[in-house]
Amino acid sequence: MARVVVDVMLKPEILDPQGQAVQRALPRLGFDGIADVRQGKRFELEVEGPVDDAALARINEIAETFLANTVIEDFTVTVEEEK
Amino acid sequence: MTTRIGVVTFPGTLDDQDSLRAVRIAGAEPVSLWHRDKDLHQVDAVILAGGFSYGDYLRAGAISRFSPVMETVIEQAKAGLPVLGICNGFQILTEAHLLPGAMLRNNHLHFICRDQKLRVENAETAWTSDYTAGQEISVPLKNVDGRYTADERTLDELEAEGRVAFRYADVNPNGSLRDIAGITNAAGNIVGLMPHPEHAVEPLIGTGRTDGLGFFTSIIKKLVNA
Repeated sequence: MARVVVDVMLKPEILDPQGQAVQRALPRLGFDGIADVRQGKRFELEVEGPVDDAALARINEIAETFLANTVIEDFTVTVEEEK
Repeated sequence: MTTRIGVVTFPGTLDDQDSLRAVRIAGAEPVSLWHRDKDLHQVDAVILAGGFSYGDYLRAGAISRFSPVMETVIEQAKAGLPVLGICNGFQILTEAHLLPGAMLRNNHLHFICRDQKLRVENAETAWTSDYTAGQEISVPLKNVDGRYTADERTLDELEAEGRVAFRYADVNPNGSLRDIAGITNAAGNIVGLMPHPEHAVEPLIGTGRTDGLGFFTSIIKKLVNA
């Protein structure tokens, strides 16, 4: 079965207080040198059948209508190598 | 005939009972609507109540928006059915694109529960006609995903068309852009807001005031006079 990954991130102009909280915690934990953190979501979709253009079109539709809210978020769709 | 106002219950809805109660106190017949039932049972208006429908999984309101009852609500709201979304209900309305923008995590990341002062900006919608523009009311606010966001162009449009229905007065509790607490569609039949008017309809409980009752009396008047 092939895996397709959908990554969803807040748009760059949208404030991400969760990412900021993670970034601010890093020096306290002894990790220096990280200027910024933004937090997103990763969805791993196990696809039945071949990942052809039709399947990718369907996954793009899933991402656009459901997994991401395109008012505030961007998404990317990546096909993972079959193992 | 009595006015029938429906309140939708999704799995995880918390404030459906208070909303039904507010409808009854205002003088209409409350009707419980179930998320899996497409039928709106001849109600004259619908309230999407607060809570954490579907556990707020994915995003607040994102899964509820695809429930069977919402198919009918979306279709009829576009045709003029009055719909009020409170808190999670507001989030569902934005996810369903019945209202523009989106709700994000509060800028300080804390859950808030407080009495919140609001300024009524638009007293001409189906749900706000019993208020006057500029009036200040106090109702409870309780949420963690309450930061209203939209792009600048949408915000300018909302302002220009008088579609900002409520603004936070005194303090902005969550980083909402332009202090927006609630908005309406252009026709004025769909209104969404984060604070909870249904918790402020009896002097005995909540804020000790009945500032929220106007939402429910407004819609009843509108429907009776229709």
